[in-house]
Order: sequence, then C-alpha cells, then structure tokens
Amino acid sequence: MQKQAIFQSRLLPYALVAPQLAIVLIFFYWPALQAVIQSFLLQDAFGLSTTFVWFENYIELFKDVAYFEAIVRTFFFSFAIAVSSLSFALLLAVMADKPLRGSMLYRTLLIWPYAVAPPVVGVLWIFMLHPSLGVLSRYLRNMGIDWNPLLDGDQAAALIILAAAWKQISYNFLFFLAGLQAIPKSVFEAAAIDGARPMRRFWTVTFPLLSPTIFFLLVVNIVYAFFDTFGIIDTMTRGGPGTSTVTLVYKVYSDGLLGGNLGSSAAQSVILMVMVIVLTGIQFRFVERKVTY
Amino acid sequence: MALRHFGAAAAIALTVGLSASPALAATEIQWWHAMTGANNDVIVKLATDFNASQSDYKVIPTYKGNYPDTMNAGIAAFRAGNAPHIMQVFEVGTATMMAATGAVKPVYKLMADAGEKFDPKIYLPAITGYYSTSKGEMLSFPFNSSSTVMWVNLDELKKANVEIPKTWPETFEAAKKLKAAGHDTCGFSGSWVTWVNLEQLSAWHNVPLASKANGLDGFDTVLEFNGPLQVKHLETLVELQKTKTYDYAGRTNTGEGRFTSGECPIYLTSSAFFGNVKAQAKFNFTAVPMPYYPDVKGAPQNSIIGGASLWVMGGKSAEEYKGVAKFLTFLSDTDRQVYIHKASGYLPITKAAYAKAKEEGFYKDQPYLETPLLELTNKEPTENSRGLRLGNMVQLRDVWSEEIEQALAGKKTAKQALDSAVERGNTMLRQFEKTAVK
Repeated sequence: MQKQAIFQSRLLPYALVAPQLAIVLIFFYWPALQAVIQSFLLQDAFGLSTTFVWFENYIELFKDVAYFEAIVRTFFFSFAIAVSSLSFALLLAVMADKPLRGSMLYRTLLIWPYAVAPPVVGVLWIFMLHPSLGVLSRYLRNMGIDWNPLLDGDQAAALIILAAAWKQISYNFLFFLAGLQAIPKSVFEAAAIDGARPMRRFWTVTFPLLSPTIFFLLVVNIVYAFFDTFGIIDTMTRGGPGTSTVTLVYKVYSDGLLGGNLGSSAAQSVILMVMVIVLTGIQFRFVERKVTY
Repeated sequence: MALRHFGAAAAIALTVGLSASPALAATEIQWWHAMTGANNDVIVKLATDFNASQSDYKVIPTYKGNYPDTMNAGIAAFRAGNAPHIMQVFEVGTATMMAATGAVKPVYKLMADAGEKFDPKIYLPAITGYYSTSKGEMLSFPFNSSSTVMWVNLDELKKANVEIPKTWPETFEAAKKLKAAGHDTCGFSGSWVTWVNLEQLSAWHNVPLASKANGLDGFDTVLEFNGPLQVKHLETLVELQKTKTYDYAGRTNTGEGRFTSGECPIYLTSSAFFGNVKAQAKFNFTAVPMPYYPDVKGAPQNSIIGGASLWVMGGKSAEEYKGVAKFLTFLSDTDRQVYIHKASGYLPITKAAYAKAKEEGFYKDQPYLETPLLELTNKEPTENSRGLRLGNMVQLRDVWSEEIEQALAGKKTAKQALDSAVERGNTMLRQFEKTAVK
C-alpha cells in the first residue's frame, strides 16, 4: 500500500527504470542477439556475401576435435586457477585477519594487484619468466630445470595459470577478509573454551561459516578464468606452443578476428554464453539457499 | 585491452578534433595506419608535406593500433558504412582485402578513373608483384616493404673464428662452433618462424608453398609445403633444437632482443629490424642474404617481401578518389621514395629511387641496407617467388607455427608436423573460399 502512495502515476516507475533497461537492452541483449543471428550465417569479413546455413557452424564445431580439446583445457584452467587463487587468498586473509600491528597496511598492499590490467600482468610475468630475458628463469635454470615455455606446453600452461591466479588473489582476499570479519568472535571463543586448537577451529568453525563466500567466489573465479584470462593469454603465449594454451575465449578471438570466420566465432560465443548462464543459474540457486553448514 | 581501448579512444578524439578544425573547401582523405615511433613521424611528415603542396585535398593520418587491429578497425568501419579512404594493411591481409570486391577500389582502376598518370613499370616488380593480379594490375599501393635477411654479430663470429655463412650447411656448422665458443643457449635463431622457414625458404629455393602460383591465380589454391626440402629443413632445426644450437624464439618478433643483447650471434628476421639493431646493438653487425641449400638446383632464387601496402576503400566519391590518386602519385616521387627509404629503413618501391639511393652512395657505408633489395631482385620472380595470396593468412601462420612448435618440442616428427599443417591449413583455405565473394 505504501508503495502506491509514493508512486502516484502508474507510468512513473517504468519511466524511472527505463534508462537502466535501455542500457541493458542496447549493450547486452542487442549484441547477444546479433551473435545468435551471426552464428547461423556464413559471411565474409566485410559482410559482402551472406548465406543462411542453419546449424552448419555448430555442426562443424562439434565435429572439430580441436574444439573439444579447448573445452577440456578451459575447464582444467578454470579449475586450477580457481583452486590455487582461492586457497592462497584464504591463507592470506586468515593471516591478515589476526590482530597485527599495521594490519591495515598489509591489507591495502594485498589488494593492489587487483588494479593491474590483465595484459600488464602478462607483460610482468613475461619479464620474470621469459626463457632468455627473465629473472626467475635464470634461477630455474640454475636449479636444473629446462625452463622453456616457448616450446614446452605444460610450462606455458603453468605460466598462464600462475599469472591468472595471482591477479585474482586480491579480489578473493577482499571477500574472504570481509567474510572472516563477519563471523562473530563468540563462536571462536566458545570453540576455544571447548579445547579446540587453531587448526581444528579453522576447519570446523571458520571454514563452514565461510562456505557461502567460498561458493560465491568459486563461481566468480571460474567465470573470470573463462573470460578475463584472454588478455593474459594474448600477451603471453598467443595460444601456443602448439595449441596448449588455446582456451574457448581465445578461440573465439582467433577464429573470428584473426581467421575471419565470423559464423563459427559467433557460434562459439553463443555456446560460451549458455555455459555462463548455467553457471550463474547454479550460483543464484545455491547462494539464495545460503549453502548448508 | 584497456590500453588498446584508450588508444582507440584517443585516435577517435584526434580524428574528431582534426575534422572539426576549419578545413574549408579541402576534401578530406582519411588514412588509417599502424606505424609507431619514427615510422609514425614519417607518415605525419608525408601527410603534412602533401597538404602543404596543394589546397584541394587534406590527408588526415590516424594511428589505429598494430596491423591486425588496424585491419579489423577498417573492416568494422566498412560494415558500419564509414570506412577510411586509405587503409594500411599488412602483406598477409592481401587475400582478404582483394577478395572483398566492392569494399576496395583497386589502385590501377583508381588511377585510370581519376585520369592520373600511372605507369606500373616504374615500380620494382619484386615488390609490386605481391600486390598485383597475375595480369600485373596493381591492386594496392606498396608502402613499407622489407624482406628476410640474416643478421650477424661480427664481433662474436670473429671471436669464435667463424666465417659469415652463405649456405644452410655452413650456417649449422657456424652455429655449432659459436655454441662451443660460449653461446650455449643459442647458436642461431630467428623471428617469424613460418615466414622465414616456410614462406621465404620455399621462394628462395623456387619450390611452391601452395598451388596456383602460391594462391595468386585463384582461391582454390592448395598448400604444398610438406615437400622434401621443407621437411629436411625442419628436421635439421628439430635436431639442432635439442642442443640449443638452434633455439626457437617465438612466432612473432618478440625474440629479437636475443640478437641485440648478444645472446644469439646469428639471427634471421626482417630487414626492418635495422632501426632496433642500430639503436641497441653494442657490437659490429651486418646483414647478409638468407642462407640456401647448395644442392637445390638454381638456388638462391629471389626472396619475397613482408611489410604493408595501402588499400583504397570502396564507395567514395569521384572527387575523393581524385585526391587519393594525387596522393599516391605524390608518394611515388623519386626524392620522396628516397626519403622514406632513408628515414624508415623500408625499401624504396620505384626503380628510380633505388638507383638514386645507390648513386648517392647510401649503401657504401651501410651495405647491409641493400641486402634485402639484392635478394628481392636476385632473379626474375617465378610463380613460386612472386608472392603469396592465401586467405586467413594470419590464422594460417598461427596454425603452421603450432605444428612447427610441436615438432621442435619433439611431440611430432617434422614430416608429421608439416603434413598436419598442410591439412589444417587447407581446411581453412576451403572455408575462406566458401565465404569469398565470387
């Protein structure tokens, strides 16, 4: 009843949300629709000749072994990036949550890397780990490791995972710290009185109470690893050596912009879009339920 | 990504700013390019000089990012109906551009329509051939051209008591000696792995890279670089990679610092590397022609070019085309070509400019600047050495590199890698053929 008292006119609420809706429609739905349409077409780069081919682009894609390899690789990368970044961020957050002298300083410093753009991250790691220029590669070589990500696919993959995970640590740290501080101190005190040691308190009290945050971050990190690692891959390896760092997003770019195959590129984008819709759907379902603990 | 966007935003701001300035009656000609640093200065100077030389037309150069970015910006602009008049496109984009009938205006046609005097014979055929139809009609205007040369660190070769190699077997021997003399991470290397070890190698030995004169005679071309010469060459590289006598330096030119730092004393890459070598190398250097296999009959043939050309976009008014035609004539001027050659290190495109640079003694102190020209004009080009015209060439190169990398990493044999590169490449060529405008 009260709401109607505020909005005298029936149209006013619509007018107020209109700008937001317009932005969403123009910048999200319109391009998405274009991608869907494009995925049914066979077209040259300039858009001069267009043929409607139904599902041919999708069929070609599913016949392509390289595409399945890219899917498996992307899931592996996402999982590796999410797990390594989350566990390290959690460790840092637990440490920074302790009453330390100058803890504000540590916390601020730990958040900084988030402000660095992905291609810059790529360049930074290249400088450190370039086979002939890198500082770290010299140490690796002295340790007897034949470090050459230009030819060794596993090393290149490790490099991408490392750089991408490092970049995401700050973001995760921020959420973990907030999550930790939201846990009432009395719960810990009760556990301590019951005689639980710090490690046990972490696994039986902190960890379960943090699970909504962990789950939220897991989804965010996977989405990050799916899309935002593009800049890092493009600057560091350009998908190589071989195809060992070609992820789904990189393939969309390479097939569409480098290969001029817009139809296939659009079809891949649509598949990616579906994957993310599913992921987000799962997140909403479970986060609403607050994850059981 | 952010940086690139900033660059684009700045470019747009610049264009808007420039077009807002009172141009009065002058017809504006937009020129999108991909040159940075000293080469950008050359572009700006050319435009300024042209604008000062007459008052009917105004050329406005705009930097659009690296080669692929510039090409994509141009394609996107065309789709949106506001393409620039002139677009600088790298040599591997040639097939994509020429397939776009209607989107581009061939240079020979532009000159004829505008009534501009134009004699294709004044240009160096080794350069214009790459950008012409098989009938010799010039499609785009060569702007900055280079070729593959072998850069040599003279000090290190002297220290190791090694002569400058001329053939591939000599190069491998030299690299082994250099490795023994302390270059244990790199005897020799090179940039642009496919350009040097497949494309140039094939042309230099008069062996086809692809059928139909490497694609110049039609889009139904089929890749053929898995022949004995290319396989043998790659097999040797794979063998030498194991000991780092040869050490792979990446798909593009990011590894070039390994020459200027002194790590790799022999390095094959573009002649346009000169600017960096001159600025950074703290040793005596030179550039010599690419090595060849002496057992191949007739080798060396002639090399092919790299670099970029200017494409004139379609759908503009006759008046605007007249201005573009005048600008291309302006660029062909002998003195201007000599200036571009000296200022950028790229090759002159007219015979007269080459002769004049020689006459002025430009190559006396720096003979290595003539090396790419000597390679390009070594012999009359054959159908295997006139140029390449393969669709989706940027991605083709990536695919070939992927296969070469797998061979070098020991995951495939050289033959398997090249067979697979040919097969995957052919699939992409068929895809391109399907979408190309007939």
